[in-house]
Amino acid sequence: MSNIVVIAEVRAGQLKRPSLEAITAALQLASATSGRVTAIACGSGLDAACAELGKGGAHRVIAIDGAAFANFSGDAWAKAITAQVKGLSAAAVLMAHTAMGKDLLPRVSALLDCGIVTDAIAVSWKDGAFTAQKPVFAGKATLTVRAAKAPFCATLRPNTYAPASGGSGAEITKVTPEAGEFLAVVREVVAAGAGKTPLQEAKVVVSGGRGLKEPANFKLVEDLAAAFGPGVAAVGASRAVVDAGWRPHSEQVGQTGKVVSPPLYIAIGISGAIQHLAGMRTARTIVAINKDADAPIFKIADYGIVGDVFEIVPALTKAIAEVVKHK
Amino acid sequence: MDIVVCIKRVPATDTAIKIAADGKSIDTAGVQFELNAYDEFALEQALRIKEQLGAGSVTVVTIGSKEAQKELRDALARGADKAVLLTTEQWIHDGASTAAALATWIKSVPCQLVLCGRQAVDSDNNQLPSNLAARLGFGCVTEVAKLALENGVFTAERDIEGAREVVSCKTPAVISCHKGLNQPRYANLKGIMAAKKKPFEEKAAQLGAPAMQIVSLTLPAARAAGRIIGQGAEAVPALIAALRNEAKVL
Repeated sequence: MSNIVVIAEVRAGQLKRPSLEAITAALQLASATSGRVTAIACGSGLDAACAELGKGGAHRVIAIDGAAFANFSGDAWAKAITAQVKGLSAAAVLMAHTAMGKDLLPRVSALLDCGIVTDAIAVSWKDGAFTAQKPVFAGKATLTVRAAKAPFCATLRPNTYAPASGGSGAEITKVTPEAGEFLAVVREVVAAGAGKTPLQEAKVVVSGGRGLKEPANFKLVEDLAAAFGPGVAAVGASRAVVDAGWRPHSEQVGQTGKVVSPPLYIAIGISGAIQHLAGMRTARTIVAINKDADAPIFKIADYGIVGDVFEIVPALTKAIAEVVKHK
Repeated sequence: MDIVVCIKRVPATDTAIKIAADGKSIDTAGVQFELNAYDEFALEQALRIKEQLGAGSVTVVTIGSKEAQKELRDALARGADKAVLLTTEQWIHDGASTAAALATWIKSVPCQLVLCGRQAVDSDNNQLPSNLAARLGFGCVTEVAKLALENGVFTAERDIEGAREVVSCKTPAVISCHKGLNQPRYANLKGIMAAKKKPFEEKAAQLGAPAMQIVSLTLPAARAAGRIIGQGAEAVPALIAALRNEAKVL
């Protein structure tokens, strides 16, 4: 019997969707060995999130819930979580590979003195050992590793597993966190610009590169993204234009930027350096518009148009706006 | 403040990856190596903090093969005071044993601040900084895009999904650095000459028992070949039709 623990992420009382994806992975691992899934959540005001974890299929939820944990502290939360995990005879501890997951789970793994794999895209048992696959070299290769001992920790790449549903409610245990000393603690959370779709959550990513010739011409890219309607598309950029200071680093797609895999990726004036391809090669459909018919981007694009981006992109924006209007 | 900067020698980001005959590592023939891009921000930040305080030391450390001497020398030339190479011949992928080996060494030297890149662009783990912090009992902020130090307390800003967090962190601390934190300096001739006289220490890394084994390293499936729809704006209607009817993404 292998019990699995999921550390759930709750922000402002809201359970984050990637935590339900981790429940799905945990249920698969647990059911293979008739184990139980326990979710552990930290924060303040966790009742709704606990109920949702139960509906997702967690058998048990431990809520470390109280004013002392109103703000995220990697050190304090890891200590409280580890104390709970130790009583659960867990074979594996999972969390989503989010900003919080990347910070928190490695700390928990150190306190448990166990191994960890991060950004996993598949987890399973192989000959009784916890086994995981993860992209390395920004997705240019896939690494498969197996745990040398239990327990083992893994963060899971968001959008890899479907979010869990169909549970019948969990047994909920409440624990009050101690008002201890924080080494590091969040003081403030500032929301990003309203109406901006996060690059990694967007259904469409429209990216621009050097072929746009100057920063002001990124308006073409922004207009095309806007044509898909509110909340659908995000703007990306190649490393070349980020390094040139045309666009903020938060928009960079590629090996030293973000890795995205949207249903639709449109590359405008991007030649397709290996660095860039690594960040978008898993998009479902790739469209490239470039004046150079020999540009490497056309080798991985599903559809390409060769020619002047200043002529093609406005025409495409108009056509997309028409399609969206009649939907 | 005594600062330790953890760096890693990695294949250049424009490398086309080929798998070695063992099926578990990359074929390094013809591969160019370089200092991990994010570690450049960590080193630069260390040098700036030392300049701000007007005192202290910057030590660069890596775990790796003898070839990593080159990246350590480069760090010395940029302004670090001392370099330490913890040697091993294996490809370091196991985050737990890497963190354990670094923690063992850091505990043996004076250190109030550890700076790292947010992740190494070979194994893409993004787990070392907070793992190390837990083993050292230090505070930690990861993926920092803005950092200030006042009266021994750091104020760090980091991007999270759809928002930015402002974090207070006491010293001693581990801070992992994201692109955009600063503009790294390069070595000049004076720095390169000075680096030759700086202390350079080599000793075996104490990696301990591995927490995991590599089963395989494989290439992802290639994408199916696409097609050029046409030339210029006249090709737009055909593209729209393909996106609607074939790809079904509109």
